[in-house]
This record gives sequence, C-alpha cells and structure tokens, in this order.
Amino acid sequence: MPKRTDIQTIMVIGSGPIIIGQAAEFDYAGTQACLALREEGYRVILVNSNPATIMTDKEIADVVYIEPLTTDFLSRIIRKEQPDALLPTLGGQVGLNMAVELDRLGVLEENSVELLGTKLDSIKQAEDRDLFRTLMNQMEIPVPESDIINTIEQAYDFAGKVGYPFIVRPAFTMGGTGGGICYNEDDLREIVANGLKYSPVSQCLVEKSIAGFKEIEYEVMRDSNDNAIVVCNMENIDPVGIHTGDSIVVAPTQTLTDKENQMLRDVSLDVIRELGIEGGCNVQLALDPHSFDYYIIEVNPRVSRSSALASKATGYPIAKLAAKIAVGLTLDEMINPVTETSYAAFEPSIDYVVSKIPRFPFDKFAKGERKLGTQMKATGEVMAIGRTYEESLLKAIRSLEYGVHHLGLPNGDEFELDYIIRMIEAQSDERLFYIGEALRRGVSMEEIHEWTRIDMFFLRKFQHIIDIEHELKENNGSVPHLKWAKEYGFSDRVIAHRWSIEKSEVFSMRRKNGIMPVYKMVDTCAAEFESATPYFYGTYELENESVRSDRKKILVLGSGPIRIGQGVEFDYATVHAVWAIQEAGYEAIIVNNNPETVSTDFSISDKLYFEPLTHEDVMNIIEHEQPEGVVVQFGGQTAINLADKLEEDGVKILGTTLDDLDRAENRKRFEQLLHDINVPQPLGKTATNEEEALGNAEYIGYPVLVRPSYVLGGRAMEIVYNEAELKNYMRDAVKASPEHPVLIDRYLTGKEIEVDAISDGEKVIIPGIMEHIERAGVHSGDSIAVYPPVTLSDSEIDTLREYTERLALGLNTVGLINIQFVLSDGEIYVLEVNPRASRTVPFMSKITEIPMANLAMKAILGVKLEETGFQPGLAPFREGYHVKAPVFSFSKLKNVDITLGPEMKSTGEVMGKDMSLNKALFKGLVASGLEVKDHGTVLFTVADKDKEEAVELARRLSQCGYRLMATEGTGRVLKEHGISFITVDKVGAGQTSLLRAIQSGSVQIVVNTMTKGKQVERDGFRIRRESVENGIPCLTSLDTARTLVEVIESMTFNMEKM
Amino acid sequence: MLTEKRYLVLEDGTVYEGYRFGSDRTAEGELVFNTAMTGAQEIITDLSYTDQIITFSYPLIGNTGVNTEDSETLVPSARGVVVREACSEPSNFRASESLDSFLRRHNIPGISGVDTRSITRKIRNKGVMKAVMTDEENHEELVELLQNSSFRTDQVKRVSTRAPYISSGPGKRVILIDYGKKENIVRSLNTFGCDVTVVPHDTTAEDILRMKPDGVMLSNGPGNPEDVGSGIRTVKNLIGRVPLFGICLGHQLIGLACGAKTFKMKFGHRGSNQPVINHRTGRVEITSQNHGFAIDADSLQSTGLEITHTALNDRTVEGIRHVKHPVFSVQHHPEASAGPHDSEYLFGEFVKMMETKKEANNA
Repeated sequence: MPKRTDIQTIMVIGSGPIIIGQAAEFDYAGTQACLALREEGYRVILVNSNPATIMTDKEIADVVYIEPLTTDFLSRIIRKEQPDALLPTLGGQVGLNMAVELDRLGVLEENSVELLGTKLDSIKQAEDRDLFRTLMNQMEIPVPESDIINTIEQAYDFAGKVGYPFIVRPAFTMGGTGGGICYNEDDLREIVANGLKYSPVSQCLVEKSIAGFKEIEYEVMRDSNDNAIVVCNMENIDPVGIHTGDSIVVAPTQTLTDKENQMLRDVSLDVIRELGIEGGCNVQLALDPHSFDYYIIEVNPRVSRSSALASKATGYPIAKLAAKIAVGLTLDEMINPVTETSYAAFEPSIDYVVSKIPRFPFDKFAKGERKLGTQMKATGEVMAIGRTYEESLLKAIRSLEYGVHHLGLPNGDEFELDYIIRMIEAQSDERLFYIGEALRRGVSMEEIHEWTRIDMFFLRKFQHIIDIEHELKENNGSVPHLKWAKEYGFSDRVIAHRWSIEKSEVFSMRRKNGIMPVYKMVDTCAAEFESATPYFYGTYELENESVRSDRKKILVLGSGPIRIGQGVEFDYATVHAVWAIQEAGYEAIIVNNNPETVSTDFSISDKLYFEPLTHEDVMNIIEHEQPEGVVVQFGGQTAINLADKLEEDGVKILGTTLDDLDRAENRKRFEQLLHDINVPQPLGKTATNEEEALGNAEYIGYPVLVRPSYVLGGRAMEIVYNEAELKNYMRDAVKASPEHPVLIDRYLTGKEIEVDAISDGEKVIIPGIMEHIERAGVHSGDSIAVYPPVTLSDSEIDTLREYTERLALGLNTVGLINIQFVLSDGEIYVLEVNPRASRTVPFMSKITEIPMANLAMKAILGVKLEETGFQPGLAPFREGYHVKAPVFSFSKLKNVDITLGPEMKSTGEVMGKDMSLNKALFKGLVASGLEVKDHGTVLFTVADKDKEEAVELARRLSQCGYRLMATEGTGRVLKEHGISFITVDKVGAGQTSLLRAIQSGSVQIVVNTMTKGKQVERDGFRIRRESVENGIPCLTSLDTARTLVEVIESMTFNMEKM
Repeated sequence: MLTEKRYLVLEDGTVYEGYRFGSDRTAEGELVFNTAMTGAQEIITDLSYTDQIITFSYPLIGNTGVNTEDSETLVPSARGVVVREACSEPSNFRASESLDSFLRRHNIPGISGVDTRSITRKIRNKGVMKAVMTDEENHEELVELLQNSSFRTDQVKRVSTRAPYISSGPGKRVILIDYGKKENIVRSLNTFGCDVTVVPHDTTAEDILRMKPDGVMLSNGPGNPEDVGSGIRTVKNLIGRVPLFGICLGHQLIGLACGAKTFKMKFGHRGSNQPVINHRTGRVEITSQNHGFAIDADSLQSTGLEITHTALNDRTVEGIRHVKHPVFSVQHHPEASAGPHDSEYLFGEFVKMMETKKEANNA
C-alpha cells in the first residue's frame, strides 16, 4: 500500500530523560523514526524534554520543542502547531502514556489529530492487564494464574487462592517500577502497597510465579496489510523472575528446538494480529524447560529496549520501518535497507551469536540492594557478537567496564566458597562472575543449575571457558591452544595472565603466527544475499569481509554502556564528531558496544565496528584499518582511558595531546600551569598516604574536599569535616584508586560556575557560561544549571572569559574543554578542567546554536576556528533563560542514599526554557518529574547548620499558603521565629511519626539535609528513602529548595487582607 | 580441544580444514547451505537433501540434540553436515542423543570448526558445487575426481517407499506419492483429517485412481525433476481426474507435466525465512524452503497454469494452479518442519478442493 498523502505534518513524542528502564534506546528509535518520516516527505514536529539527545537536533526534525512532557505542555504545542497526526509508539512508555492521556482529555479530537501506528484501543488492550488477560483467555493462550487488584485486601485473597510466591506488576509503569515477588505476607504488604502507589491507575497484576521457566522474547512487526514477521527471538539466560532488562540475554534462542520455536512464533504472531499492532511489538513468553507448556507474560505494543537490541543484533532497523508502517507503507514494498537487494518482509537469519549484558550502577551505589528481581536496576547494557557463544559472552563481559575482564572477579581467589555460593543464590547482579568462580573451584554445573535454574547449555559453556583456562595453563606457550582460546573469545590479557607473561607478548605471538581477527558483516541474511552494510564484528576465523578503503580515515571511540556519569550526551558528541569527520571529507569509523545508541546505527558512520572498547580489541581494528588517527575526546572516560596505551603502541591520538591532558589531571603539573597563567585555585595538596593526608588537611583547614585523581562523575569524592572522617575516607579512597594519589582541597562554599569552550590551539570560542543553583560541593551533573548566569557581574563574567581562554590556550587545547569554577567571596577560583567533551555539550550546543562537537572535531582535523564562521571569544548571551535539571532513578534502587554531594547520582537530565528565569525553572522542575503546586504541606527536617537558612524558606512557603511540618529540633527554630507548623515525631515514634506522615501522603515535599552522626544519619536515610519510595520529592540541598520556593512564589497571587 | 582433522574439499580446489564428527567415511555430494537457526534435525532428515552436503550457516548446531519425534524420515540420506560448532552435550527435555551420535548411527560424516559463513559466501557467489569430506591429507586427486564426476540421477528411486502403506484418518482419502516425502506432510494431512495412503514414486495413474482417492498429494523429493520421468507421466494422467496438490518436487512435476520448464538455480533457496507473496491475499508468508530447481515463469504461458505465489526477493515461481482443473502446488513447504507455519492453510485448501470436487461429482 502506498504511503498516506492525506497527512503532511506528524508529531513525534520522545521519551524524556534517561532513567532506569528508559535509556538511550529511545533516542535511537526516535531519531530513526524522525529521519524515516522525513525521508518519506513528511514534516516532523518533535517534542522531548531531554536536550542530551540526537533526536532533539534541528537536523533530525523540522520543528523541535524541548519542553516538559506533560499533557499541559503537549496540548499547547498541539494547539499551536496543529499537526495532522501523532506517532506515539516510538517514545517509550512515556510517549505512549502521553498519547493515551491526550486522547482521554480530548485534545487530539479537539485539534483533529490522528494517532498513527497501533490504534489506542489495541495499546490499551495490550497494556491493561485485565483487558489483556481477557483477550488471552478468548484466544485460549495460557497466561499465568493471576488477578487484577486495586487494594491490598484483594492481594490477600489472591495469596489465599494460589499461594506464594507470586509476582506483582503495577499497570502502566516502565521497567517494572514498583513491582516484585512476594514470598510471604511481609513481602505482600510492602510490595503491593508500593505497586499500587506507582501505578498511575492504582492497579496491579498479581500472578502466580513461574520462576524457573525459560524466558523467551519475540520481536515482531506487523503492517496494515496484516503482514507479520518475527525480526528476532531472544533467550534470557536467567529464567523468569529477573527483569528482562537485568537479564543476560542471547540471540537467537539457543535451547529451543524448531517445534518450540515455531509454537512460540505462532503465538506471538497470533497475538499481534489479534491486537492489530501496526509497527513493532515485543512479546515475552515463559516456556517450561520440561514440556511444551508455555505462558505469555506480556506484550509491549511499541518499540522498546528489546527492539533496539534486536535491531542491532540482526541489522534490521525496526524503528525506521515501524515509522514507515505507521504512514501506510507495507513490509513487502519496502526494500531491506541492509541488503538493499531484498525486501523488508522477511525474517532475519543470523550466523553469529549475540550476547547482551546489563550494566548496573552498583560501582556508584555500593550500598544499594543488589538482588535482582522484577524491578529493573540496570542503567545501560552492552552487546557483543561472536561466532561462538563463549566469544560473544567474553566480549560482552569485557565491554562492561565494570572492573571485570573475564568470567570471574579480579579478586576471585580471595572469597570463601560459602560466600560465592551465597552470592549465586542471592541472584546478585554479579552472579555470572561468581558462577565462574564456583566452577573454577570445582563446584558442579548440576549444583549451580539447582541454585539458579540456568539451562545446562549455558552452564556447560561457562564450564568450557574454565576448561580452556585449565588447558591453557597446562600448555604454556602452545600456539594451537592460543588459537583455540582466541576462537572462544579469550582476551590477550587473560591468556597472558594464565601464562604469566605480558599481554604484549601474547600479541606478538599472535602476530607472528597469523592469529589475527577477521571482521564479518552483520547483514540480516546469513550471507544469503550480497549486502552493502558497513556493519562488522571481529572473530577468529578464516575469511575477512571488511575491506579497507583507500580513503583517509579517522577512528572515533564511542562511550560504551550508559552508566551514571556517562550518559547519552557522550553518544551525542560521538555522533556529531562522526558527522564532522564526514563533512571534512574523511571516512569516519566508529567503535562502540552499546546497542541502545544512535552511534551504533550502521547508517551513521562510514563503518561501524561493534566491538569491546578495550586496548586489544581497538588495536586490532587500528591494525586492520590503518586510520590517520584516533579521536578519544568525545567518548567520555571510556575512550580517554584507552588513549595512553594506544599512544604507547604508536597510534596517533588526535586533538589535545595526552601530555596536555595529563597536565590537566596531574595535580602537580596542573598547579604549575595555573601558576604560569595566573589563574587561582582553592588551596590544595596531594597525599599518597593517610599521614600525609591528615597533615595536609590540617594545613589547609577543614572542611576539605577529598577525591582520588583520575575519576569520573565525582566517584569517591567527599567533603570531609574533621580528622576522623578523613581517616575513614583514606582507607576507602586509597582502595578505590591505588595507582593514583588523593587530592585534598579547601572546600569553598560558593557559587559554582561551569564553562564549555572550543579551541583550535590559537583561538577560543566560548559558547556560554552556566551558573549552578546548588552551591559547590554538589556534583555538577546533579546540579541545576542556568544559562545565562543570573547573579554574575559583568566583570566577573569577563574574568571567567579571561580565565577560560588562558586555560584553554595554556593547555594547548585542540577540541573541547570544560571548566568548573567557584565564586567565593568575590574571588573566582578554578576547580577542575577537563579538556574533552562534557555532559553539557548538547545542552549548550542547542541553546547557543554553536555546534560544539562539530567545531571541535573540525579543529582537531586542522580547520582554524576563524574559518568556520563562528566568532572567537565569549558568544553574546541568548535571549531567555535555559535550565538544565537533573533526573534521578532512586525509586528503582533500594538502599541507595539520595543525598546530593560530590558523587554524581543522577541518570539523566531535562531542559526548561522560557523568557523568565522562574518560568524556565518551573519547566525544568516539572520536566524532571517534580509536581509544582501552589499549595500543600512541606516537611522540614534539617541539620543544625542549615536551620537559620531553612527558616527563611519556611516563612516564604507559609506566605504562599503552604502548610509546614517539622521535627522537634527544626520546629524549635521555626517557633522562635514565630512561624506556625505541625510537629511530627522523629523516625520510629509511632502514629505521629514523620515516616507515617510521608506514607499516608499528607506531605507533598520533604526538605532534609544531612547531619553527621550515626543515629541521625540513619534516621535521615530512612526519611529520604521513605520519601523516594512514596514518590514524594525530597530535596537535600537548600539551594534546590530555595529555587522551588521562588518558582512557587512566582506563580502565587498575593493574598493580603484589607 | 579438538584435534582430529577432517577436510572439506571443493571442486574448485578450495580446502577447508576442520574437525571430525559423525561418521568417519569419506563422502561426496553437492555442497549447499541452509540459513535456518533451528531445526537441524528436521533438515538433516529431509530426504530432499539426498546426495547433498548441508552447510549450516548458523554456527551452533545440535544444541538441542536429536529426539525421537522430529525426524522427517527414519533413514536420512544427506551426504554430510558442515558446521562451525557441533554441540556434544545437548540440552532439551526431549533430546535422546547428540548430533554426533545420530550421524554416526546413520553413517553420515560431519565436519566442525570451519568458517561456514565463508562457505556460504562462496556458494552464493559461485553457485552450488561438488565437494567431498575426507580425513585424507592429500587432496589433489580428490579435486580432479570431483571435477570429473557427474551427479547421480536416481535419488527419488532410492529414497521412495518400496511398498504402499497407510496412515489412517477419518476424512478425505489422499494418496501421497512418495518422491522422498517429509514425514510432516503425512502428519499435516492427518491433522487436517485426511486418510493417507503413501505409495511408491512409480505408482501409475491407473493404480492410483483404482484406489478411489479424493485427492492426490505429490510430495517433495531430491534431485532434478526432469530425472523423474515416471512421475511426470503419472501427473499428466492424473490432472483433471482427481484433485492434485504438489509440494516442492511435486510442484515442479506438475509444471513439467503441463509443459512448463524447470531450471537449476545458482544456489537455490534453503532456509526458514523465505518471503513469498500470496497473490490472492496480497500478503507475505514466511516459508520454509529447500529447493535447487524452480519452474521457469516464462514457460508457463499456454500451459493452463497460473502463478499464485512468488518469491519476494528473486521473483521466482513459488506457487501455481491450473485454471481449469483442481490442481495446485507450491515450491515451498507448507508442512514446515523446520520452519514457520504461515502456509499451513494450504492443506485446508486442499481438503476444501477435494470436498468441492466430491460435491460436483455427486451432483
């Protein structure tokens, strides 16, 4: 069927900020969708609140709105733009929920906006547990015994009927938010209450646990002509019970016969036909390992994390084709964009094995609950491709950047076997590595199978890896064994370790014996048709398919899995660097391992290598491609970490030199630089041991800011107030980074300022200056940032410009540079300089329309900034105000303390822009998920040092009509100032306790600041967690609170009696 | 670590070195590839692979082993199996033995550890070719032998049943002419209620009609359809006298019987993901396919046959029907196994066709 000609303008809703359960996959899907629609000649209006995305670039859509994703703002945009249609199924659960709401409110009808793709009724039927179950019953498709509940009492009834354990799944939430497995009555009370709270319709599905069944997924597509296909099937190595987003997944399925596969394929296609899906859809099934019994678990009537994975695993671009299906095209009339010689209506056949492993944030949140269940906890994922299962798994493991390099833990020998077994049984995020350790010590696969229910097929593969290790050890230096180990994915590093030699010796041995990887194409068709895709993976086999062109080429290293501190913004910078390289006439080659991203879409670069970002894997590609040089400054810490070793191997690192990078990171050299260029910094010293640290702190004066050198996202950075705290810290920190000293700086409580700039080594362009709302001490990634600065004087701004230029030129920067300053007592000090892409590059690029990554890349390639048409110096400030607000995923991570500090904790960000500061802040807060109302109750419980400051905020809130609640200590001060409030007891003191107030919903905002001391710390922690778990905003910085008060004041009418 | 070497020697002189599994005998055959990711047991036991060496493009083969239920014949006749890796310890609740043990039992050699993607690419570019699997280290003579050898033409005769037998059902009486049938054709007919009598490939039309069938099913089978002269004659004599449904080789025989031509394809269609357009519904069906020959579309003019299905990718003929008589056939496998069930409805259409014919006869 030809495409629709009765519609011209289509609105696409993005998925908002990156949070656990909704990561970069929707930037990939949305970007593909927008480009696909424009390719077909439609005008695309895009709305998303997340500025760090490619999809919000002006190149991607005709009209871009970066506005909060709420029905209020979306309705305004719809009324203003009058689109003909809305495509809701490419923006994740958020996009979908918005469309459902807009329809319910009548906004779509009022403005004659048609919904494209899957019809709303179908979406409801797939998403509403009750409707879905009824449909499955009609179709005689088995669903686990279950019930829809709206109250706790109903959950008790269900437990009485089917018994424990059972699973709780809240309706209309993403990533299983608020769900869990109940093994007993205590679980029931907690998990069900939570689930009801998180479901926007206060509805949960409770279902009989089928833990132990295989979890199998089918990624399916259907068009309006009822053509329906399976793009890919996938098998979770973890049986049912662990959220699929947290499971280790393999594609295609490995332990299903064709009979089982076709049975589940039939079910999947029957369901999407019955639902009338038009586009992509994900079907999750559970299969009994001992019979043909199966259950359907759920259907996601939209593109998803799994569809991004399926696209990257097969090459088949689901989102792109889903968008075209939505405008009426059918699969049989679209050419397969991968082969360019066959059609889109077929089922990809792959001739390799794909492994996906989730990336968890527990390197950041050491105290977080690590047991996996139905609530997703991973922030990102990696994918790897191999010709053996072992190869794909080991490549995926070393892509994780999680301190593991192989099937085991680096300090694996240190653990007692009992502990290892406990960790396996506990289903922790590291179970795979503990299984490796257990096998290494001779625990049988059968025992592990008993504990984990992982299929014997996979356990045998794990055992095989251990067997290879043993044989390597017994055959030291054997070339056939080397080749064999490489075929099963062993890294040189692991082989070197087994042989007690240097990694480089393994490499020379390989080179001498011709044991080098070949690169094979991902072509959707297992080589049946000739394909044009420049999409490759490495393996140790006979034939290489990646032909090196005779063009000059530049290699760009991507940023790996999404994690806290390294989010989608680095993928943004990577993609823009690739485009700039192409504009400059070079061939752009990218290496990355994150299946969720735009950068791993094969149509972005001239050549994509889907490979681990390790020294060995990258060097192999460099050996093969012989690029002019490698760009490391856009790929976050991942790429930077590789730079040293690559340069040692004679690879040219383009842009700012490593030596200059070192001058920014090495404390002594940095001090020298600052001295030379006359830029002040807070008094500070380095220490390599505890004694030295104590002496230095004494000299500098407490409080001090301590941190290990060379870290990302403020990891292990702390503000320390006394000697005892410093002693504790030194024990942890030195462990955190043994090779590098600890930095001890005077902690200045001032205004934090951030500047991004681009330099070609001679001239510096400063697109803008941002001022942070939270005072120094809160990580810049967790701070609300405002552009342009609002409290800085002209002379201060000029000083900032001057310092930035001095620093950029002083460091011989070629490319990007990010600088953090602090303004304390009228004096500007530099806190930190990072001569590479920063988190704020997309934010600033979008606001100022200065394409920072593009210009930086051009500068790296030797173009002078003056030739680009952009003026050196500080760009004139743009009209209006732009706010960047952080977004957290605390509700998904149990036991994690939410207090803001020098360590970054946010997973994503949003932008609010408007003509007045308060309006922009309002948008930023709303977009970040904070409900800003003109009335309600605020609970104050603050540290003594903050009490005076809190009083002022309390008074202002009270004047706005807010009610106040306070604990005894805080209350005393309020009373002294004559402010009325309701007293609540401290934690744990019965009915009137503050925890009860939070649980009962009688509080709308909590303001809590950290107090030192064991008991109060524990209390504070409970208050903060209780707020998070009850979905109540908890502000841990008075600066954030003040901003909120100002916004509330700005929207409150003055009420004074006559 | 595997150490026992085995070689796959191609007629163009290419030698792939790998490891032994399955039988140790030296075996020669036509080297083809199949892109299915599941169903190795069904594929290896499909008699259409008689005298062929099957290269699996999916690298891990035998993960689910071999079971007692999924074979398409009791005595497989494929010449050899080429894989990247053969799983030695299967994992599936129905598995009764490993692929290695199964192949040994049936005297079929296998080779593992070879770059099957490279073989697939070679066949895609150069077309199917003769090959031999051997443990000998000297290959020059073998290449020469391969280049001078010619294919046998008696595959159907060798694999067809020698005597008729019955697989009963309550419904329509179907005579299934066995050219090397897949067991799932019998099962599918039974599922649709048919009472099936399987007869040898050279059963005459008269003998068949004497059994008073409601319909005749022409099975799949190995080799070049032009070599199956008796089959072509039988089909010619059946057209118009009884409803006919042909699958794969059976489909080609209907074409030849009506005067169309067949040709050998460069590398054929073998896999479980082949898209076919059904011209009546306008919809795409994903089909299981295994054929190296096809009906020449241009030769269909004035044969009384019309095209009902077309392969989406290379536009070859996938299904035909007779404009006057109750005769239809498809090149792909509606009985699937291995592969998707999208075309299973064709068995239903066959039953309907038999009913219509019976009503017409009665009236």
